[in-house]
Formats: sequence, C-alpha cells, structure tokens
Amino acid sequence: MTNAYAAGEAASRSALQIDAVFFFITAVSLFFFFLVEGLLIYFAIRYRRKKASEDAATSDVKSHLVLEIVWVIIPSLVVLVFFAYGYVVYRDVTTPAPGSSDINVVARQFSYEFKYPDGNTTVDELRLPAGKPVKLIMTSQDVLHGFFLPDFRLKQDVVPGQYTYLYLQPDKEGTYDIFCTQYCGVGHSTMRAKLVVMSPVDYAKWAQAAKTAGAVMSLPEKGRDLLSKSGCLGCHSIDGSVKIGPTFKGLYGRESHLEGDREVVADEDYIRESIYDPGAKIVRGFPNVMPTFKGRLSDDDIAAIIAYLKTLSGGKSEREEEKKEKGERKK
Amino acid sequence: MAETTADGAAIPLNGNGRSKGYLEEKGFWSWALTLDHKRIGVLYLLTTLLFFLVGGIFGLLIRIKLMYPGQEIFSHHVYNVIFTLHGSIMIFLFIIPAIPSGLGNFFIPLLIGARDVAFPRLNLASYWIFVAGILIMLASLLRPMDTGWTFYTPYSAKTAADVTLLSFGIFLIGMSSILTGLNFIVTIHKLRAPGMDWHRLPLFIWGMYSTSIIQVVATPVVGVTFLLLAMERLFGIGFFDPAKGGDPLLFQHFFWFYSHPVVYVMILPAMGIISEVVPVFSRKPIFGYKAIAYSSLAIAFIGFFVWGHHMFVSGMSKTASIIFSFLTFFVAVPTAVKVFNWIATLYKGSITFESPMLYALTFIFLFTFGGLTGMFLGALATNVHVHDTYFVVAHFHYTMMGGTVVGFLAGLHYWFPKMTGRMLNEKLARLGWLLTFIGFNVTFLTQFFLGYKGMPRRWAEYPAQFQDLNIVSTVGSWILGAGILIMVVNFIRGYYAGEPAPANPWKSLTLEWQAASPPSTENFEKIPVVTDWPYGYAKRKPEGNE
Repeated sequence: MTNAYAAGEAASRSALQIDAVFFFITAVSLFFFFLVEGLLIYFAIRYRRKKASEDAATSDVKSHLVLEIVWVIIPSLVVLVFFAYGYVVYRDVTTPAPGSSDINVVARQFSYEFKYPDGNTTVDELRLPAGKPVKLIMTSQDVLHGFFLPDFRLKQDVVPGQYTYLYLQPDKEGTYDIFCTQYCGVGHSTMRAKLVVMSPVDYAKWAQAAKTAGAVMSLPEKGRDLLSKSGCLGCHSIDGSVKIGPTFKGLYGRESHLEGDREVVADEDYIRESIYDPGAKIVRGFPNVMPTFKGRLSDDDIAAIIAYLKTLSGGKSEREEEKKEKGERKK
Repeated sequence: MAETTADGAAIPLNGNGRSKGYLEEKGFWSWALTLDHKRIGVLYLLTTLLFFLVGGIFGLLIRIKLMYPGQEIFSHHVYNVIFTLHGSIMIFLFIIPAIPSGLGNFFIPLLIGARDVAFPRLNLASYWIFVAGILIMLASLLRPMDTGWTFYTPYSAKTAADVTLLSFGIFLIGMSSILTGLNFIVTIHKLRAPGMDWHRLPLFIWGMYSTSIIQVVATPVVGVTFLLLAMERLFGIGFFDPAKGGDPLLFQHFFWFYSHPVVYVMILPAMGIISEVVPVFSRKPIFGYKAIAYSSLAIAFIGFFVWGHHMFVSGMSKTASIIFSFLTFFVAVPTAVKVFNWIATLYKGSITFESPMLYALTFIFLFTFGGLTGMFLGALATNVHVHDTYFVVAHFHYTMMGGTVVGFLAGLHYWFPKMTGRMLNEKLARLGWLLTFIGFNVTFLTQFFLGYKGMPRRWAEYPAQFQDLNIVSTVGSWILGAGILIMVVNFIRGYYAGEPAPANPWKSLTLEWQAASPPSTENFEKIPVVTDWPYGYAKRKPEGNE
C-alpha cells in the first residue's frame, strides 16, 4: 500500500486471478504500444523533410493487400485471446464455491446493512471468518449502489427491486475497504464500509457476544446500537462534525433554522417526526435526502434513540455552544 | 463579366470583379438567417467552442475539489452538480456537435465540390433548434442537475433537480443532430462534383458519412428514452423505477443503445480529419484508402452491438455480458487498421511538423494508448475490478479528449486559413500544443493508477490513500488549461492580426483548397470536375496558388 502506483495487496484468490489477467493484457499491450508508438516516432523522425532534399520524391505506394490482411488477422487473434482469458476468469470468480454461507446485504443512501445467517445484523462493517466462502445476496432500498471490494478486485451493482450476487473467498485476515461505485446522491463518496476478516475462533466469539449484547443493554445503549445498525451514523456525526446531515451532538433541545424561514426546537416529537417523515422539516443548508424509517424502527426503538440523544446534549442552546466554541478558539 | 452558377443565378461580384467572400456581409440578421453552410458552420463552431471553455472551467473546478482529501471549497452537492455539468456540456454541447455540425457543415460541400448542403433551410433550422435546446438546458439550472450525464434511474426519477427540463433540452439537441445527419447523407449522395465517385471521396467525407448514419439511426432512441423518463417523473408511470413496477436496467439498455454508438459519432469524423492531415504533411498518398474508408463503416456497424459493455457489473445476465465482451473486442480491429494505415502513410514520406501535423500525430499517439487501455475494460475479469473507477475516467478522456478533441484541434489548425483567410502564429500554436500535450498526460495518465488502486469515479472526497496522485492530476489540469488558453488567444489573434492566407498554404490536393481563402459565398467560381483521387502527392506536384 506504500507504493502510490500499485493497487492494494491481493486479498484473495479472485484478486490473484484477476491481477494475472491484468498483467497479461498489460504485457501484450505494452508490446504493441512500443511497436506502434515506436514506429510512429521513428518514421516521423527518419522521414522528416530535410532542407536539402525538399523536392525529393516520396514513395507512391498506395496500398498493400498482404499487409492489410496481416494487420487485420493479428489484432483479431490477440483480442480473441484477451476475450477468452477474461471470460474464463470471470466465469470462475462469479461461480459460487461449494458450501458457501449466505449473507444478505441491503444498501441504502448511504450505508450498507449486513444480515448474517445466525440473526446478527451489522451496518457498514461486514465481519467474516477467514477461509470460509460467502455468497452476498444484495438488494437496494432506494437507488442504484455499487458494492466494490478493491482488495478482492470484485464489484457488483446493487439494484432496487432485484437481487444481485457477489461471491467471496476471504483467505487473509485483515480489514479491507468497501466502496460504493455507483453514483447514488449527495453522500456517494462517504458511502464506505469495512470488511473485517477474522480468524474463525475470533469470529465465533464476536458473533456470540453480538448476539447476547442486545439483551442486557440499557435504554441509551440500545439507542446507540440502533443508530449504528440503522446506518444513521453514516450521515449524522455524534462528535459535532458536519456530514451529510446535522450532527446529533447537542441536537436534543437545540433550536434549528429550517428551510422556509422557520425555526424549531428539537424535542421528542420533532425527533420522531424527523425519523418517520424526514422531509417535513429540513434544517437549512442540508439536502432533503433521508429515507423514512417507518416500519423499520418501532416506537420503542425511537424511545431508546431519544434517550441516547439526550446523553449527547447538555441541554444548552445552539448559540451558547457557538459562543463557547468561539471562546475556545480565541484561547 | 458576370459569371453564373450551375443553376443560372448570377454570382454577386465585389468591387474587384471577384465574387464576394462569405465573411464580407456584416450584421446580426445576415448571420442569424443565413443559409450559407459556411456561416452556419461558423455559428456552430463558435457556440461549441464557447461551451468547450465553459465545460473546461467545470473540469478545472472538479480537479480543485479533488486536490486533497477534505477540500471544502464547495459542498458535495455543488460538486455533484459540477461534474454533471462538465459531462453534459462536454458531451452534448461540445464533442457531439463540434466536428459534425461545425467543421462538417463548413467543409462537406467544399470537399465534394458543391455550392451548399442539400437542404440549406433545414440546416439553419437545426442550428436554431440546437440553440433552443441549449436555452432550455440553461433554464434547468434553477434546480441544477446532480445525476451525472448518464441520468441513471431510479436516482434521476427521484432527485429534486429538474431532470425533465434538462432532458427536454437534450431531446431538442438530439433532434438538431438527426436533421444535420440527414442533410449530410443526402448531400454526400447527391451533390458530389462531376467525376467524384465514391472512391475519390476524401476520407473526412467517409468519416462524416458513417457518423451521419449513426446520428440518424441511434439518436431517436435517446429521445424516446428521455420522453419515457419525463412521463415517469410527471405522471408516475413506472418504466424504470422498481417501486412503480419498472426496471432500472431497462433504462441503462436504452441509454447505452444510443450513448455507445454516439462515441463513434464523436471519433469517426476526427479520424477523418487525421486521414486528411497526415498525407498532406507527409507529401505521400494515404496508405490503404479503401481499408480506412470501409473501416469507418465497419466501426459504425459493429458499434451498434456493443452497448452492453457499459453494464458488465450492472446485474445484467452473465450470458449477455459474455456476448457483449466478445463483440466489443471486434470494434478494436477496424480501429487498429486505421492506426496501422496512418503510420504506413508516414513511411518514406517527406514529413513536416506544422501545428496541424503535430496535433494529428498526437491524436495517433494518444488514441492508440486510449485504445489499448480499452482492452482492460473489454475483458470481463479486469472490467469487474476497474469498472466505475478512475481507470474508466482516464480511458475515456484518452479516447474522447486525446482522440476526438485533439483531432478537432488538428482540423481547426489545418482549416483556420481557409475559414478566416488568415494564418495562425505558428510559434504560439506550437506552444499551445506542447502545454496541452504535457498537461493532458499529467492529468489523465495518473488517473489510470488511481482507478487501478480502487478510487471510484464521481467521488466528491476520498480517503488519504489516494492523495499523492490526485494532486499530480490537479497540477496537470492547470498545465492543460494554460495550453488551451494559449490556443484560444492564438485563434483570436490570428483572426484579427494573422498574415493573410494564400488559397492553398499547405499545398493540399483536396477541393476546398481550390476555393479562395476565405471562400466566396458560392464556394467555387466554377464547379470543379474531378479526374483523380485527392491523395496523389507523390505523382504530381501541387501548385501553390490556383
């Protein structure tokens, strides 16, 4: 990863296979590149007009049938080989390995949700045990997204209204990038997730802990967990930084300026409305892009979220916060 | 003294007893209502060049935003609008119309020895339909587009931006493009000078002919697609949105059925220009005339069956992907044939390096590179990795800018003396060329590596691992901008203060150089009679001034 020109380390067999095709095409293309560009530059220099021979007659050859046939046949053969090699590897990386486990992926603006066979759910973090093949069954709740694992050299668009599939063989433990490659709106470039490949022992421990954690959480803890699992934190920070949407820090009890010259104080009703009907009150300066969570978050869930948001807020108004920040900057 | 045209009308003469240059008549209405193909061509050229500069400024803004991670000169939404405008303007208002409607209008009749195109009034109408389309596109800026120039559904069906208005503007621009294509096909069939059979046609005409066919056949599809999208947005009819029972992949099929062939609308006329410039400055007959002419038709034909290579990871069936990959590779063959023939034309020539030739050689150099990088995109396995990354961005800039735009610039430098009656300053032209060449490669070569490293396209920001190459690319865009700026200054200087141009400064054999510089309104005093092909540079020595 230190070399600016190289791709990330190959993280699986699929990456090695696809890199091999890449290097093969590069080698053959470089040969033709140097041949063609070399002749172009050589002829341009070799046959430049020298002053003394300005009137020298040039060759009157107009065409050469054998040459034309040769340079139709050679490129045709070369591209046939490129096609065949690309096809064989493509068939291989898009064929499920026997015994793979299914994981459901739901994409939405601007996060990924992963549903595991044992009932666990994570958001923007896919955890897998090393060495076990996986089939991702993907769909989108809103617009097109692209699920891209650069270290695995694999990519598949995620389409609303249908399922698409990606087959993974995570061999090496480590943390890998997941990017969205299909433009999906204002948060497209921040729609990033991580793939964490763990040793099977660690994975089993994590899966067990995740399963039991839900049962013993306090109300604010449950709210924090829901925010993370529902993808809210992709757009709303909890540390005061501005992302796609307003920050949650200090939100509860804050007075916000809305589009249309209105103002609102964020109380329980406002938070509930903003989750169920996000377009109703838009904070000025932010885009109206949040999907509704009606049907996904229950009243109990929202109560837990509000309980958590309260812990992020000292009850001070926005202006006081601003003054305080300015004061700190002066220091 | 008064001469008459073929149809008997008197040719207007100016004081010197010569027929009037097409630029002599002044005044707004003499331009706005002109039926002269040359004036309409100039109108198109000025309009498209203006939008080339506007689109270029948006391109520079994109590079500034991506200079380093977390750059906050403007918001993500504004960035999305800017890359959409950059793409839409460059594609619909510059690359598609610049060579066909601009240079094509001006030079098709001159190259085939005609007085005008077949339907001059239709020609004027298509220019004003084009302008109407532009105005409607500008009106959509009130709620600016943020979908990318590809309009993928369901995002384009849902976004608050004014997609309907913009797509109506593009609908009109498409209509203008169809009318122009139709006009050119009839012109090339019916108005060739006596003796100019199909195998004596200049190769630029072959390129334009192939392009016109694509325009007439493919453009209606994108018009229909945008109508369907408008009906979905306005009346809620579910063509593409799965929430309404539609299919988003259907949109992609419709869109690329037009938008893939249209890349050949852009490149074929540019290839035609290269086929004119290379023999003139090599003083040698073009090598493999028939191969170059028929390969244009072959590219136009095969180009209709490869649109699916934009959709290998879209969720389209695997079988379809495999078939499209196979077909895609066979567009490469006629393209390679052209490159080999141009290089063979150089062999044993007597080559000089005036600015048109510098641009033409640059075209061959960059387009070859762009074409070879297309191999990675045509092959299924590697496409899966680099699709929708900066690799694709770099590839299409090498073919579209390194190819089409550089070919267009070769044509502008080559024909500038004919169009204006003035010579360009050669030193400025070479400086502009050099900076453009260096800046272009610094800007876009880096993006192949960014894409291979995995940086997705259309990102408003990126993690730190992509920093190094992005800043190189941004600095390159400034060099490129400086090169283009010098070139534009040279055009303006040349028009007002350039040396007067002789009728045939490059000692070329094609017919346009037999007309005066600038040509008279009727082009030729007498319609020339053609007795040979236009590339016999080795056999006979061309006269300087006719």
